[in-house]
Amino acid sequence: MTEQKNVLHMKDVTMQFGGVVAVNGLSLDVNEHEIVALIGPNGAGKTTAFNCVTGIYQPTYGSVSFQGEVILANTPKGKMRRQYIGDVWPQALTPVLKTPDEVTKLGIARTFQNIRLFGNLTVFDNVLIAKHMRAKQNVFSATLRLNHAEEKRMRDESMELLSMQGLAHLKDETASSLPYGLQRRLEIARALATGPSLLLLDEPAAGMNPQETQELTDFIRQIRDDYHLTIFMIEHHMDLVMQISDRIYVLDFGKLIAQGTPDEIQNNPKVIEAYLGVSDDVDD
Amino acid sequence: MKNMTKNKNNLYSLIALAVLLGFLAFLQSDTAGYSYQISILERSAIYAVVAVSMNLLTGFTGLFSLGQAGFMAIGAYTVAIFTIPVSARPSVYYVSGISPVIADIQLPVPVALLLGGLMAAGMAALIGIPVLRLKSDYLAIATLGFSEIIRAFIAAPVFDTITNGSYGLKSIPGFSSIFTVFGLAALCIALMVLLINSSYGRAFKAIREDEIAAQSMGLNLFRYKELSFVISSFFTGVGGGMLAMFMRSIDSKTFQVSLTYDILLIVVLGGIGSVTGSVLGAFLVTSGRELLRFFDDPLTIAGVQIPLFRSGFRMVIFSILLMVVVLFYRRGIMGDHEFSWNGFFRLIQGIPDRLKRQKASGTGKGGAKA
Repeated sequence: MTEQKNVLHMKDVTMQFGGVVAVNGLSLDVNEHEIVALIGPNGAGKTTAFNCVTGIYQPTYGSVSFQGEVILANTPKGKMRRQYIGDVWPQALTPVLKTPDEVTKLGIARTFQNIRLFGNLTVFDNVLIAKHMRAKQNVFSATLRLNHAEEKRMRDESMELLSMQGLAHLKDETASSLPYGLQRRLEIARALATGPSLLLLDEPAAGMNPQETQELTDFIRQIRDDYHLTIFMIEHHMDLVMQISDRIYVLDFGKLIAQGTPDEIQNNPKVIEAYLGVSDDVDD
Repeated sequence: MKNMTKNKNNLYSLIALAVLLGFLAFLQSDTAGYSYQISILERSAIYAVVAVSMNLLTGFTGLFSLGQAGFMAIGAYTVAIFTIPVSARPSVYYVSGISPVIADIQLPVPVALLLGGLMAAGMAALIGIPVLRLKSDYLAIATLGFSEIIRAFIAAPVFDTITNGSYGLKSIPGFSSIFTVFGLAALCIALMVLLINSSYGRAFKAIREDEIAAQSMGLNLFRYKELSFVISSFFTGVGGGMLAMFMRSIDSKTFQVSLTYDILLIVVLGGIGSVTGSVLGAFLVTSGRELLRFFDDPLTIAGVQIPLFRSGFRMVIFSILLMVVVLFYRRGIMGDHEFSWNGFFRLIQGIPDRLKRQKASGTGKGGAKA
């Protein structure tokens, strides 16, 4: 395999809430054009890891780099340092704490486990809002409608995106009135509208039936190729994960317990143990 | 087909506008005879501006602020200080004299109104830095506090030579005609509507819907909240300036918390998130309060004086009406919808059906959806 360009690099990321270490010394890499999955039992810290990448949480310790640039880095200080119980002993890092909007501007988009659409707004507006960030306008030109060209471009691009996702005929519907599967699809469309190079999907197949899951598999591959994306996702549907992923990371109780190709993961005893429990003391 | 209904609706709007202008011209033709009606309508129009600006903040950005009275006071005092004719100033500042800095500056009314708005916006920008980090009720309490601080500053003896302290300001030039008030109000509201329907308005709505999702769409929460707060305060300041010109004389008591509640009432009654609702609410609340005035007069039926009918009773009736509205039309008159002719006709056509249904089921629920 040829050397691929690194897109996302997490090093020793630790997230501690009080006495609970939700993510413990997580290090991983996602390379360009890959589809990488992060799996693990419930409560393993997968979503927390995502939140640490997008800046919603500031990690207690560790660093996250995106395309070679450090976007988040932190070292526990003061009281937090005394309470720190992560496995990786913290060495001083220069703190870099980007906010979620700055992270999005750099080109990381995400979807949420419990869909977070702008529920009372139309499908079209949901996508249009994502275009606002990169529009060349200010509040005066926008109010006085001096931004015709820019507004038209935003609208055209959003419409094109909706057509490609097969949501064009629903553009005037209220987002919350869509069926669940379409809401997920809209959330992905909205994330794509921010113009990302890395897309984080948090359980995209949650609540979907096998047929919808199969459609989603093709859909994810397609958007990766169409938009030249790198995809990093959390997923519970093993069919989907095994089919689609180039590599898989397995998290359990906040710690990385395995990594590798789908085949390697399927036969890894540690993974089986984490998912099914230890066999010798369980009799039910 | 679609085009035709659009043309038709434009025609209706034109007719409605012509009727309104005709009505205003009719009132204007005899200002002395209709002074009572004119004053109600002018006050309504001014309150509509402030209510829409509050709605911009509460209904569209999701920030619940109770600082309206404070920002209105800033606008009102700015306009008053800079528009009272220089010749009248000695009689206004008769107690402690006027500060030489402002003694000879007199600005034209439009400039003074703009300056009033800008002063309010500037103060909002400063206040916003600490306060906008708070959420919901906490934000409301903090802005309420700031509003009172502004009022206290205005009444403070230290500023007597500028604000005339507790004596208030009078001899403020009034509006020349009712058209000026309505024109200004329409301009302010139109600007806010344009903003709400622009890309920035969408960003505000996104923040209202879901802050975390808005952030992950690349919107800097603080920046957009501050923007909304400043713009809303600008128009609140302009509204305050207009109120000063309408009242001709103001003092710090004009801008007590109860003024904020009046505006809040209009916004809630009209529908949080509906501009037309706020405008409608402003006219209904302001005129409703006057129409109920006969409750204040003593009433005698068959020689017996009904004990409840006395000064202040109309506010009791008014409050009861409000409670009824809030209980049964929880989302206000318009909810978060805007007025449209199609909706209006649907509503009218739906009335017979609704009455039938009500008779059949015995329970009548549902607000006006337009």
